[in-house]
Amino acid sequence: MSERTGEREVGRSRPRKEDARLVTGQTNWTDNIGVTGLLHLSILRSPMAHARIERVDVSPALQRPGVVAAFTGRDLAEGLASLPCAWPVTEDIVLPDHPAVAVDEVRYAGDPVAVVVARDRYTAADALEAIEVDYEPLPPVLDLEAALADDASLVHADKGTNRCYVWPLATGESYETVRERADVVLHRRYHQQRLIPNAMEPRSVVVTPLAASGEYTVYSATQIPHVLRVMLSMVTGVPEHKLRVVAPDVGGGFGSKLQVYGEEVIALDLARRLGRPVKWTESRSEGFLATHHGRGQIQDIEVAATAEGRLLGLKVDLLADMGAYLMLVTPGIPILGAFMYPAIYKMDAYEFTCTGVFTTRTPTDAYRGAGRPEATYAIERIMDELAVEVGLDPVELRRRNWIGHEEFPYTSIAGLTYDSGNYEAATDKALALFGYDELRAEQAKRNESGDSVRLGIGVSTYTEMCGLAPSRVLRDLRYGAGGWEAASIRMLPTGKVEVVTGTSPHGQGHETCWSQIAADVLGVPFEDVEVVHGDTRSAPQGMDTYGSRSLVVGGAAVHHAAEKVVEKARKVAAHLLEADERDLDFADGVFSVKGSPEERRTIQEVAFETFSSHDLPDGMEPTINAEHLLDPENFSYPHGTHLCAVEIDTETGRTSIRSYVCVDDVGKVVNPVIVEGQVHGGLAQGIAQALYEEAVYDDEGNLVSGTMADYLVPGAPDLPEFTTDRTETPATSNPLGVKGVGEAGTIASTPAVVNAIVDALRPLGVHDVRMPCSPGRIWEALRSAQSDRSGWEGAERS
Amino acid sequence: MIPPAFEYTRPTSVEDAVRTLAERGEDAKVLAGGQSLLPLLRMRLAFPELVVDVGRIPGLRGVREEGDALVIGALTSHHDVIADPLVRRHAGLLAAAAATVADPAIRHRGTLGGSLAHADPGGDLPAVALALDAELVAAGPGGRRSVPAREFFVDFLQTALRPDELLVEVRIPKTGDHDGWGFHYEKYSRVAQAWAMVGVAALVRREDGHIAEARIGLTNMGSTPLRAFAAEEALAGVGPDGVARAAQSAAEGTRPASDPAASAEYRAQLARVLTRRSVLAAAGMG
Repeated sequence: MSERTGEREVGRSRPRKEDARLVTGQTNWTDNIGVTGLLHLSILRSPMAHARIERVDVSPALQRPGVVAAFTGRDLAEGLASLPCAWPVTEDIVLPDHPAVAVDEVRYAGDPVAVVVARDRYTAADALEAIEVDYEPLPPVLDLEAALADDASLVHADKGTNRCYVWPLATGESYETVRERADVVLHRRYHQQRLIPNAMEPRSVVVTPLAASGEYTVYSATQIPHVLRVMLSMVTGVPEHKLRVVAPDVGGGFGSKLQVYGEEVIALDLARRLGRPVKWTESRSEGFLATHHGRGQIQDIEVAATAEGRLLGLKVDLLADMGAYLMLVTPGIPILGAFMYPAIYKMDAYEFTCTGVFTTRTPTDAYRGAGRPEATYAIERIMDELAVEVGLDPVELRRRNWIGHEEFPYTSIAGLTYDSGNYEAATDKALALFGYDELRAEQAKRNESGDSVRLGIGVSTYTEMCGLAPSRVLRDLRYGAGGWEAASIRMLPTGKVEVVTGTSPHGQGHETCWSQIAADVLGVPFEDVEVVHGDTRSAPQGMDTYGSRSLVVGGAAVHHAAEKVVEKARKVAAHLLEADERDLDFADGVFSVKGSPEERRTIQEVAFETFSSHDLPDGMEPTINAEHLLDPENFSYPHGTHLCAVEIDTETGRTSIRSYVCVDDVGKVVNPVIVEGQVHGGLAQGIAQALYEEAVYDDEGNLVSGTMADYLVPGAPDLPEFTTDRTETPATSNPLGVKGVGEAGTIASTPAVVNAIVDALRPLGVHDVRMPCSPGRIWEALRSAQSDRSGWEGAERS
Repeated sequence: MIPPAFEYTRPTSVEDAVRTLAERGEDAKVLAGGQSLLPLLRMRLAFPELVVDVGRIPGLRGVREEGDALVIGALTSHHDVIADPLVRRHAGLLAAAAATVADPAIRHRGTLGGSLAHADPGGDLPAVALALDAELVAAGPGGRRSVPAREFFVDFLQTALRPDELLVEVRIPKTGDHDGWGFHYEKYSRVAQAWAMVGVAALVRREDGHIAEARIGLTNMGSTPLRAFAAEEALAGVGPDGVARAAQSAAEGTRPASDPAASAEYRAQLARVLTRRSVLAAAGMG
């Protein structure tokens, strides 16, 4: 039996257990799954953003050799419910019907129109060309403001409006009142471009039926096997207990696989109709159209402040692009942001409204950060503008407004109780690492000399909410499910351990981290722990993985379950040692009698004794296995300070990131190297929004940036060396003191970069650049600033 | 990403290939390294009935000297071009530009001939072939003929190659350092592996601290690669101080596209700035 080394596992940079099989490809991605008799599904998609379907004829496709079946939307509509939206954020939300395959009307380029099932994927792809469709074009709906006009063309004519919902929040004093007593009122409009998530592994689903018993196994590259099982049952009518959903190793998601997709429903339905296994795997360019998008907001933000830069109030008015349909949590994404606009700052009034708007584009939904990056961007951008307006350094302005470390727990104006944090410590550390004062001096010198390469410095002091979520809060937000997480621990007779988790990793390293957590509590070697996940048969309960929730809720649940195991084992050990439970010590996996340490039983011995059950305490169930379902009492609140220095070549408009420093406080850290990886990836994605990525549509509603050649995902050569560091203020809401780290980098980095860009260009008359801040846009901004300096909106001063 | 069905043949000699092309004409498409054709097939933007894979025809790979010229086989990969000592010595501009093509995997598969015959104005090598005054040798049913690079690029993805002709080699007049030639390829792309938004290939002969002769090839400034003749003329005879002014005419006569990546005006600005930088670097005046 392997021995504990005595060193604590939590806090160690363990290389990831799962990497050997992932990086060598020795695993079964969904598309690798092959079964006898497998049929291949391909999907004909609308080439138009908006059109009435006059006629669909799949019969020519059926003539092709190798084609097994073909169906129209009308064929499939019978027996399938609308695709689900689990977050109807208001009582009177407009909830359009969302068929998996369009029936009368297509509402975005990429909307499914018909399906083919064939013996191989080549035949299936070719047969799509034989399907005849007559479209009667309808006007596309693309502009969020125009969509709300009285005479606007409608995405869903039967609903009579493109306004999906209006969700208001007003807290503290009346905003109008504080605005009146403000010295400075600053209003800005920011645009959150649409982003395409681009997980490394495309979506894929395989459904195998067992016709005799009416059972189905759905393998899907999903983040949410448990939620998917419930939803697939509701949409298709296959009873839940006859459905098994498996998320094999999944190659990334970034929120895009937090979804119940039409293709999953269709594959299940076709396996049921045909009694044959069915596979569908998207191509990359198909995924650009048909996998949900992220962001897509127009943000009007206004701050009211004193002349000394103290914030009095904040008002936010959002238009949020829902796309053509409401998918699983589409309407709720901007609402998650509603609570984050006040960020780390104190103020007296906060007013927020979000209007959801339908457009004829791919539906939007969760994308890394989901609402919080948008909020953080807007508040951090306008804080920089306010600093300029009141003549303060942007760091000093933040200091004057943030919550002091001695003020925690602090209830924010938006109503969240921040349990812990230390903004001073993170900021001081970041400033020192960055060399803030030296860079400011260099900047001044270069501005003075009229250098054609300008230096800019961007600050972003962020917080966010992780650990989704207290179920009662979700109820108040009208979310359709709870926010708990499940863990159970099986102590095997040979002393090995299975940790069964309801989280569903798709790149995060849960197998490694959960093993570290369980090993510490149980006192067993790290190598003796196996983590079971992603299969509703072997891990039957869970709420899955998204929103930086897994460690905070799921990891904490593992900790609690392991503690229950120890308490049960203590009873057995006490019995075997003929001692009182209270007289037992437990350390490094060994129960020993206080004062006579030679009287001992290891937890592995206890596991075997429990297995044999020959000598258990009277009345005790013969198991020390334990389960824990954890419903968190509060969110967790990572925070940190990010500093970015950019150089801008004013002749070409190119931005180069010269240095990037971040100091994140994600609480206690289970595995530092995994945290580091999450921060790096998060930074890359946030920087990508600032500089590179955008889903571009033409006036007809066609996605122009529909391939990797047009949609720019930066690679390692395009990113700077990151300097990352941490402060550690433990969360108080979970026993591990952890806060979550999956999205922090993405949330914080976008405003840091754009603030740096604007800081570099401000002396040249540029006060904003729309994201992505491409060289072309920067050059155009510089050019128009030269010709007309009156174009920007100054502050009102009273 | 599944291509439409097509026939496939793999000729074993140039004559074989030309015969097949002559028989099938416009229905056939030549496959070399596959780095342009395969994506077009997979995206169903090209529908050839027949794909003629010339990749294993012997004798079309490698570099040799013939008097004042280098002769490079059409199937020579970018990687082999970059590594070749003759190319580095006598056509350094080509090696430098090939090193900026996409990523290592593509540079190992993609070929010089394929890149030129594909004639994408956003590709890096067509503009370089123009600047080098390369001659492109085509084999056809009637034998071989040589086409100057200036006449080779006809329009977007269109060349002077006839449907029954195969590009077999590229002849490049030597422009070595010992003769006073300097070179630089300035590629401007949004992300490291992307196509050039604009690229400027500069080949400059120096005499007594001045530019005696300059040849400038422009990538992505029109439907074909272009020479910046006005700038070349303005550069003749200037010293370091005159380059900036001469480069102002780099966009004259170009017709760059406006697309989501860049407006035509912005591309023209890039052409001017990058020409100045590229020429200064080529002339060792930076």
